[in-house]
Amino acid sequence: MSVVPALSSLSPWLALPAAILLIAGGLLALIGSLGLLRLDGFYARIHAPTMGNTLGAGCVLIASMLTSSAAAGRPVIHELLITLFLVLTSPVTTMLLMRAAIFRSQTGRDGQGEETS
Amino acid sequence: MTLVWKPPLLEILLLLMWLVVNDSLALYQWLFGLLFALLIGYLARKLRPRTARLRRLGLALALCWHVFCDIVRSNFAVGRIILGTIRQQPKVGFLDIPLELRDPHGLAALSIIITATPGTVFAGLDPDSHVLTLHVLDLQDEAAWLHTIKQRYERPLMEIFE
Repeated sequence: MSVVPALSSLSPWLALPAAILLIAGGLLALIGSLGLLRLDGFYARIHAPTMGNTLGAGCVLIASMLTSSAAAGRPVIHELLITLFLVLTSPVTTMLLMRAAIFRSQTGRDGQGEETS
Repeated sequence: MTLVWKPPLLEILLLLMWLVVNDSLALYQWLFGLLFALLIGYLARKLRPRTARLRRLGLALALCWHVFCDIVRSNFAVGRIILGTIRQQPKVGFLDIPLELRDPHGLAALSIIITATPGTVFAGLDPDSHVLTLHVLDLQDEAAWLHTIKQRYERPLMEIFE
């Protein structure tokens, strides 16, 4: 069982960038989610969560790499795998949703893809 | 990388993945990883016999860097649009782009690049006319989007995969 240190026990030169990255990632994901609420219609909304999936997740993963590398005393790069899996899976899901929405609007089961939540 | 010997990219990637997941370079992890990579590689080739051929590794890395920069930039652009929805909704729309890229792996990479970038989503590819349809969140300047996709992504992908 690895010991997970509190952020405060790390050197401030490492804790500070990690904290900033975490806040930035959280803000990006929050703005992306806000987009789901504020944008009109399915086709506009599908763009919003990509923010949290790309740069938002990236910031959190870099922060995680920084802190766990410092805690373990050696480079920890598991997060690169998470990045790889996100890059491979999240666009595929988005494309499936997009194709499904287009199919629905083409077959007339749905008014121009509006409000397909 | 010569054209005669095709490096088993999938197996190499799977082996690396195994070693990273297990966080160890011990000998038995190499052996287990190799076994895992060969088994999955064998099964994957049964499912999909057609393998990708990667050339111009430097260009591929440059493309990754460009995509990374574009993703960062688009994040801020989309964020600004979302925060600006109080005043006005963005002008969304579909955009058709005729493609010259034919390699299925290149097309897959292109669709992932497009969808992973906030603000654009892959919306379809006509198998006969090779016209790519995108959905764009902020469709102000169609020519600029066309230029970005064709010059920045399609051209290097054609050189890498074809």
